[in-house]
Amino acid sequence: MSAGPATPRIPARIAGREAPAAPVPPAAPPPAPPPTPARMRAPLKPGRILLWAFGVLAILFLLAPVLAVLPLSFSAGSFLHYPLPGLSLRWYADFWSSDFWLPALWNSLRVGAAAALLAGVLGTLAAFGLWRWRFPGQAVVMAVLLAPMVVPAIIVAVALLLAFGPLGLTSSFTGLILGHAALGAPFVVVTVLAALQQFDATQLRAAAACGASPVRAFWRVCLPQIAPGVAAGAVFAFATSLDEVAVALFIAGPAQRTLPRQMFSGLNDSISLTIMAAAMVLVLISGLMLLAVTLLRRPR
Amino acid sequence: MNRMAEPLVRFEGVRKAYGAAASGYAVQRLDLEVEKGELLTLLGPSGSGKTTTLMLLAGFEMPSEGRILLGGRDIARLPPHRRGIGVVFQSYALFPHMSVAENVAFPLEVRGVPRAARAERVRKALAMVRLESFGERRPTQLSGGQQQRVALARAMVFEPPIVLLDEPLGALDKALREEMQYEIRALHQRLGLTMMYVTHDQQEALTLSDRIAVFEGGRIRQLAAPRRLYEQPENAFVAGFVGENNRLPGVVRSAPEGEGRDRAIRVMLDSGTEVLARPVDAGAPGSRCLVAVRPERVAVAAILASEMGEDALSARLVEVIFQGDHVRLRLSLGDGAEVVAKRPVGAGMLPEPGTLVSVAWDPAHAHAFAAEG
Repeated sequence: MSAGPATPRIPARIAGREAPAAPVPPAAPPPAPPPTPARMRAPLKPGRILLWAFGVLAILFLLAPVLAVLPLSFSAGSFLHYPLPGLSLRWYADFWSSDFWLPALWNSLRVGAAAALLAGVLGTLAAFGLWRWRFPGQAVVMAVLLAPMVVPAIIVAVALLLAFGPLGLTSSFTGLILGHAALGAPFVVVTVLAALQQFDATQLRAAAACGASPVRAFWRVCLPQIAPGVAAGAVFAFATSLDEVAVALFIAGPAQRTLPRQMFSGLNDSISLTIMAAAMVLVLISGLMLLAVTLLRRPR
Repeated sequence: MNRMAEPLVRFEGVRKAYGAAASGYAVQRLDLEVEKGELLTLLGPSGSGKTTTLMLLAGFEMPSEGRILLGGRDIARLPPHRRGIGVVFQSYALFPHMSVAENVAFPLEVRGVPRAARAERVRKALAMVRLESFGERRPTQLSGGQQQRVALARAMVFEPPIVLLDEPLGALDKALREEMQYEIRALHQRLGLTMMYVTHDQQEALTLSDRIAVFEGGRIRQLAAPRRLYEQPENAFVAGFVGENNRLPGVVRSAPEGEGRDRAIRVMLDSGTEVLARPVDAGAPGSRCLVAVRPERVAVAAILASEMGEDALSARLVEVIFQGDHVRLRLSLGDGAEVVAKRPVGAGMLPEPGTLVSVAWDPAHAHAFAAEG
């Protein structure tokens, strides 16, 4: 018998589906509490309260900056300060009619979609190859594929600038999409590998015995079953592209300015509160992405 | 006289080594023929090479040496999807995202069979495994036995020249397994399907097969029809692996005498009695050997051995175990060796445990083998 397909260990949390539940040893019956009929309810243990408090604090710490700044986008005034002089949608109206912001939003969505598509295709193929076959240097290939996740974005940006310059890929959509696809692909690799851990490789043999070529077996048998993982990875790749600023600063020309890139320069030029409306739009899209991933992960 | 038709499948000098050849062969110099229309079972313990042999024919393994002919054509280097062989896996390997009907239609879809013809053939295939009304269901909504029947339908629907079954009933419980054995046998006979079947369950092999190849250590130890395999094993391994056998060690005392059915040697058992046995591959006088007697061939009488005849053994009845359709008698010979005898229920009075009795058998049913490792 051949060895089972190689399944590199990867965190299942960012997976399209939850990893199989680890075999839990049968729960030993809890030691019977001493009979204390006077108090029926277990008191809240201090450790539990501490855990909850810590959790709430962590969430606050993560969300506070966003929560603090977003109401400013509804300000009727023109300055970045509280209290708000009044509520209005004027900055949204400004955003929606601006030829400074709208093309940037459009660019962001286009680049994000193309990068997510590219990362989805290449990342899925890479993950399938890593899962299906064992080959020398597998760990190295895996590390290289996942590198953009850990290498600082600014280093990736500089490297891309140096590499793309001679190829004429700077100041081009192609260059920006390639760069963002490289940044997003690791997410796809990770989510697809997690999805493949649920997939029984014998099904590929069964497909072959039915007469299906390897390509057809992948397309018709494997891909439909790992599709949630592929989609979740692509969503992550899209989200990565959406808020990426370093590569956009280095690679994008005036025609390829993305929303975060525009916010960056908008902040330098003039403090208009439209930037807060733009931020709100980004947060909204990210929220939708998060929702999409949650729905994709739901067991059906 | 007509020459026998060319066999459907022929393994010619096939060897399979995994990794470095120094680590030994999983299959060593296999020569095996599968006749058209037969159900051939590969039987053996795990690691004996039976599954590897099946995978070599399916195309999931490539032989290190030798040829594999299907209908006269060497397919040893052909990828599995070009071989047109049906395979049923132990884990069913149904496609969970497709309905039962879509699963069965898949081989036809791949072959470009038009949609209308496809539906008709799927319906027929599902009817064959008595699942006509289950086409719309998902595989996960079926029981294990039903899933395996779908897998069977999927492996037969494109009318392959041979269907391979890799321990297909291994995951089912005992009652269902027996029911499925008869079902597979009936399908095989009704459709004249050629099948190659892998199992480690000798009872299953005896029930199903036209012929059985017993594997051990990467080679075939005997290839014969079930009855012959059971009654005339060719070596001690087969005698021990197929059916139950009493295995009594001893030393050969005489060269064979007599002709045909009466051909016999004398063996001095380690328990101290000399008995007659049919020589199979036992060595020259003085060499170690093993006498094998089926429990149902052992006669037990509540009289002393000396009164019963010269080949009777004296034994003490240790235990009587009731097993429904028969009783098992555990008998202890002089030196602690044990003999088991089977008796139909109601075949006369049984002596009490602890009594001295005599045991005997027809020498024609005692096989003397060379002692193995």
